[in-house]
This record gives sequence, structure tokens and C-alpha cells, in this order.
Amino acid sequence: MATQTIEFKDPAARASAAVAAASDDDIQDLKGDKLVLNMGPSHPSTHGVLRILVEMDGETITKAIPDVGYLHRGDEKIAENMTYNQFVPYTDRLDYLAPLANNVAYVLAVEKLMGIDGAIPPRGQYLRVICCELARISAHLLGLGAFAMDVGALTVFLHTFTEREKIYNLCESLTGARFTTSYTRVGGLTRDCPPGWIQAVRKFLDEVVLNIAESETLLTRNRIFVDRTRDVGVISRQLAIDYGLTGPNLRGSGVDYDVRKANPYLVYKDLEFDVPVGSVGDCYDRYLVRMEEMRQSVRILRQCLDRIPGGADNASREPVSIQDGKVTLPPKTKVLTGMEELIHQFMIVTQGVNAPPGEVYFGAENPKGELGFYIHSRGGGTPYRLKIRAPSFVNLGILPEVLPGHMMSDIVSILGSFDFVMGECDR
Amino acid sequence: MATPIEFANQLREKFGELLSAPVEFRGEATLTVSDPGRIVEVCQFAKGTLGFDMLLDLSSIDNYGEDPRWTVVYELYGTGHHAHLRLKTSVGEESSEVPTVCGVWRTADWHEREVYDMMGIRFSGHPDLRRILMWDGYPYFPLRKDFPLAGKPTELPEVAFTRSAPLEGGPFVTVAGGKDAIAREPRVRNPEE
Repeated sequence: MATQTIEFKDPAARASAAVAAASDDDIQDLKGDKLVLNMGPSHPSTHGVLRILVEMDGETITKAIPDVGYLHRGDEKIAENMTYNQFVPYTDRLDYLAPLANNVAYVLAVEKLMGIDGAIPPRGQYLRVICCELARISAHLLGLGAFAMDVGALTVFLHTFTEREKIYNLCESLTGARFTTSYTRVGGLTRDCPPGWIQAVRKFLDEVVLNIAESETLLTRNRIFVDRTRDVGVISRQLAIDYGLTGPNLRGSGVDYDVRKANPYLVYKDLEFDVPVGSVGDCYDRYLVRMEEMRQSVRILRQCLDRIPGGADNASREPVSIQDGKVTLPPKTKVLTGMEELIHQFMIVTQGVNAPPGEVYFGAENPKGELGFYIHSRGGGTPYRLKIRAPSFVNLGILPEVLPGHMMSDIVSILGSFDFVMGECDR
Repeated sequence: MATPIEFANQLREKFGELLSAPVEFRGEATLTVSDPGRIVEVCQFAKGTLGFDMLLDLSSIDNYGEDPRWTVVYELYGTGHHAHLRLKTSVGEESSEVPTVCGVWRTADWHEREVYDMMGIRFSGHPDLRRILMWDGYPYFPLRKDFPLAGKPTELPEVAFTRSAPLEGGPFVTVAGGKDAIAREPRVRNPEE
């Protein structure tokens, strides 16, 4: 057996010496063909049914082609065939991690079309803000938990799910459903919050801040987590705007755009909160932005709970919906005794609320980004065209730009940091 | 801070008769570009000079039974001045083609693919105009008004959904100006009838 002399102790130097000595043909053999790998649609880190075709050179991605649409249900087609209020349950199924926020965003769009967005009673507006922010905490808790789990920190996931369970309990006592809430109606809400609910939210807030702090100690200075997320999936400010990113993904890249601040709706202009922005635009920044957003949501919620008109028990009987028989359903007791109320009830249920012809776009700051509804109405109770601007769909459009150049294992970090929901992406 | 209508007027000063008078509704301004072939030019000016650096949304409307049949809607937003502006352009069924704005905002790539997928409007110059939500080879454009809610049978074996679902055209499906609940039965409503 021939003895091999080791000229270079350093493996990198040895490799470069070998390449220099080899002929061109040998190098072609070494490089080999590129490997095309199919990731998803059923893969734990694709958070649903995203499929990505990745072309790889060794372990480096050279090209990525996302394939979406596995969860397409034709929500926009369905919307054209039913009244405005009938579509509310479908919005639950868009971003199914924050159904309350979708309900609110959708009815705000319809109310903008009808020109009644300023007429919602203050208690209703505060309750809607509470819904939005609870949904944001819930969605971010899951997003962070799943992100951490994907990069190897399973504990965080179990930790955040403990808190989400409490939010579901709050949803259940508020709306009657844990998941598919359908809480809002055009012109208001289905019902006021039950007795004791405000106190329960307050108690939950005290608990969730501790949980957020604990989750943060598990991640923010965690060497493994930081190594897998810092400087991975960097999106420059310009690129983020060009690709229309919104929400924490855009703010992670340092763009200070939050619909709640830029074009305030509901009572957000009266509430004090900060909008966290990142500096680098990598996965770690997006994580930090979400972490801080949850704290800001807690801050907003506490202000709402203190200021809500009528207080916790609503002793002064503040309404939560517009008191107009042409917009919202009259009280059931009156429907069975009064002629006018019966007619209003009948008209709203059979023909829907009567919207004027026109077109509006309304975007709300949802946990995943700006959820927008473009409604083109030709009058009557159904939209002629309803387009849903799904933030997850738009955010995923940047993947072919971000993924190339990264290692295979970085896909998991990048997808986790994007925090998308396929139900919303595919509609 | 300039309002949407001021931006709309600035655009109109630049392009004159190409743009319609701005329509204001609920605080939003809408401009119609009369020649779809020049939409890129208008968008480029809106982005470069007026600071509309983000294309929030791109959608389409099927004006079934009218001419021109298609309307493409661009929802513009400026991250610097926080103003919205809506541009619209219409194109007839025989050409069904609008130039792509991928070169202005790269996010238009997926939006335009979706419009093509759902309504069949083509975008000339698009780098990769494939179906996005439906699968490759799907023969119809489901968001067109002449496509029934119940779906259509296809030649593709075991892929396409062909039977009517219980909801379609049922008593809970209301269409403005349509038939009343009794006349709506039987359950499957077909717009072609």
C-alpha cells in the first residue's frame, strides 16, 4: 500500500491544491449535476401546504420556485354569491390563526363602502380593537413557537401554546367558538362581551407578559437560535418595499409602516403604542419585531380595558352596534312584536345590507401584514367583486429572490421567520 | 401631506387626456387610464416622481355583458407620504392583454399571475405567466362571471371537481336583483342559462 504524504495540514488548502492540479474534465466531474429537490406540500416546516422546488448545488440553493394554491377554495367567487354578512364566517378561514382580526378587517371594509365606519358606537370600536390585539398576540405566539420549533427549540412551542389556550378560552366566552369566531357584523358586533370577560382579559395580560419574558429568555440570547437566524434571509429595505411586503416582515427590514399608525382606523389614533422596526432585515430582526409587537399589543389592550365606555360590566348599557334597522338586526324580542322591526329583520336576512355603488379598498394591520379588501359594488346586498389582498400571498412572492445563496437548512429558518398561513395565501 | 386627490391631479396634469377626471369616493381617488398600452408609463411616473413606491394590490373585474369586458385595478401606496391612489384600465375581450408592470414593482409578478389564473387576462412582457392558484392545465378561468359557482366538468380524470356542492345556488345564496328564494330552486344556478 502506497503511503500518502500529507503536504498541507489544512483541509481547505489541501482542497485548493487538488483543484489546481486537476484538469478541467475532472472538475466537471467534481461539480456534477444540480439536484432538484421538492420540499412540501406536506412538510412540517412549510406550515401548511406550501411547496417549494429548490435547485441545489451541493447544499447551496441556486434557484427556488414556490408553488402555492393547494388550499384554494375560491373565497372571492363565493363572496360574489352571498350577502356581505354571510361572508363573515369565510373570513375566519383566511388567516385561521387570527380569525377575530379578519372579521374586524372585513366588516370595516364593508362599512367604509357604506360610509358608516365613523358611526360605530365607541364601545363596539374598543371591543374590536381588543379583538384585533388578542388575535395578534395569539398569532405571534404561534408564529414564534413554530419558528423556534423549526430551528430546534421545542420548549418554546409548548410554552407559547399554554398562553394561546387561554386566548381560545377568552374567544369561546366572547363569541361562542374557540376557532371560527365570526364575531363581527356589518355595523357592529354579534353581542357585547359577557360579564367578567374584561377582568378575565386583564388577568390573562398579567400572565402573558411573564410568558413572553420567559420565551424571550429561551430564544433571544440562545446561541443556537441566534446562529441559525442572524444574517440569514436578509431583505433590504428597498427590496421589501418593491415586493410589497407588509407587517412584521416589512418592519423587520427597517420600514416604519404600520397601518394602525399610517392610516389609523377604529380608535388606534387615541391609543399609545410604539412600532418596532428592525435594522438588518434578517430572520432574527423579524423575530425581535414580533416579540416586541406582542408587548405593544399588551400595552394597547391595557389602555382599551381601562377606557372602554361602559366599563367592565356595561352598567350604562352602551351599545356595541349601530342602532339602525337598515344596517343591523333589530333585537329579537322586538322582531316578534313590532311590524317595522320584522320588516327590517326580513330585509337584512334575505337581501343583505344595502350598499351604494362604488369601490373602496380597506387595509387593516393584521398579524401577518396588511389584510386588504377591495370591494367593487354595483349596489345592493352583494359585492360585484371582492378581492382579498392576502398578506401571506404577497409576502411569499419574495421567496425566489431571498432563498438562492442560502443553505438547505436555512429554508426552515426563513420560512419560519416569514410566519405565513396558507389558508390566507391560497384563499 | 398631499391628499390622494392632489396626487391624482398631478398625474392628470402630466398625462392630460390619457387619464379620466379623478373620481373621489370615501376619501379615495380613482383614475382611469384610457389606453391600457400606456399603463406602464403612468405607473413609472407615479412611482418615480410621486413616490408611490408600493403596489399594494392588483385585481381585476369582469364586466360581463359590457364592452370592454375586463378592468384591471392597481392599488398604489407611498410609504413616504402614506397616501393611496387607485388606477384602473379597461381592455376588451378580443385582445385581453395588458402590459405587465413587473418592471415597475416586482410584487406585480404574482398578482398578475393570479389575475391571469382567475380571469384569463394576459400580461404582455410578464417573465413567467403561469397559473398560480389552480393547477397547470386547468382549462377554465373560475372568477369569470360566466363560470358557474357549481364548477364545470372537465376532461381531466379524477382531478377536477365536477359535482355540485350542496351550497351552490341554494336557498342561502343571494344575488342582488336575482330571483327570489322560490324561483332559485333547483339548486344549481348556471349563468349561461
